[in-house]
Amino acid sequence: MPLLTPADQETLRAAFDEMTSPVRVLFFTQTLDCESCLETRQILDELPPLSSRIAIEEVNFILEKDKAAQFGIDRVPAIALVGGDSDSRIRFLGAPSGYEFISLVQAVLLVGGRATSLTPENLVRVAGVDKPLTMKVFTTPT
Amino acid sequence: MAFANPLITAYAVEATEFPDLARHYRVSGVPKTVVNETIEILGGLPQDLFVEQALQPNG
Repeated sequence: MPLLTPADQETLRAAFDEMTSPVRVLFFTQTLDCESCLETRQILDELPPLSSRIAIEEVNFILEKDKAAQFGIDRVPAIALVGGDSDSRIRFLGAPSGYEFISLVQAVLLVGGRATSLTPENLVRVAGVDKPLTMKVFTTPT
Repeated sequence: MAFANPLITAYAVEATEFPDLARHYRVSGVPKTVVNETIEILGGLPQDLFVEQALQPNG
C-alpha cells in the first residue's frame, strides 16, 4: 500500500524528472530497538519508483559502524544524501514523515542538480566559510 | 548551505524521536537551529537573517 496518493506520485515524478545527476540515499538502520526504522524504510521505498536517478542503499548501523562514523551518523534511523560526485553532507535523523518528507524531497532535488535557493549574495557568504560548521535543525512531525 | 560549502554539515533532527538531543540542546520550540554547539536560532527566519545569524563569527 503506497503512502503517496497517485496525484502526489505524479507531482514528485515531474519534479524528479528535472534532476540531472544521481542521488544515493544512504539509509542507516537496525532491526531491533528502532521503532521508526521500518517507517523510514517504507517512506524511502516510495522514491526510487518515481525516478531512476534515486537509489536507496541500506546500511546496517550495528554491523557497519565504520561507515556510520564516516558519515557522522551516531543514531538511527538516519539518512545521508550522497551526490554523483561527492557527499552532500545533508543528513536526516529520525523518520522523514509529515513536513520532513517535503524537506527530504527538496534536499534530494538539490543534490540531484536543482539550483540552490540561496540568493547569489548568500551563496557567496556561505562559500566563504573557512572552518567546519555543523548545523542541527530541530523539527517535529506535523 | 551544506551543499554550497564542503566545510558545512547539516542535520535535520526529528526532536520528538530523540528526546535526549532535544533536552541537550534545550529545544523548547521548533524549528530550532544550533550551529557548532554555540549559536542558537529559534524559529524560521528570512534567508538573509538566517545566514547572517548562522555565520556569526563567534560560531
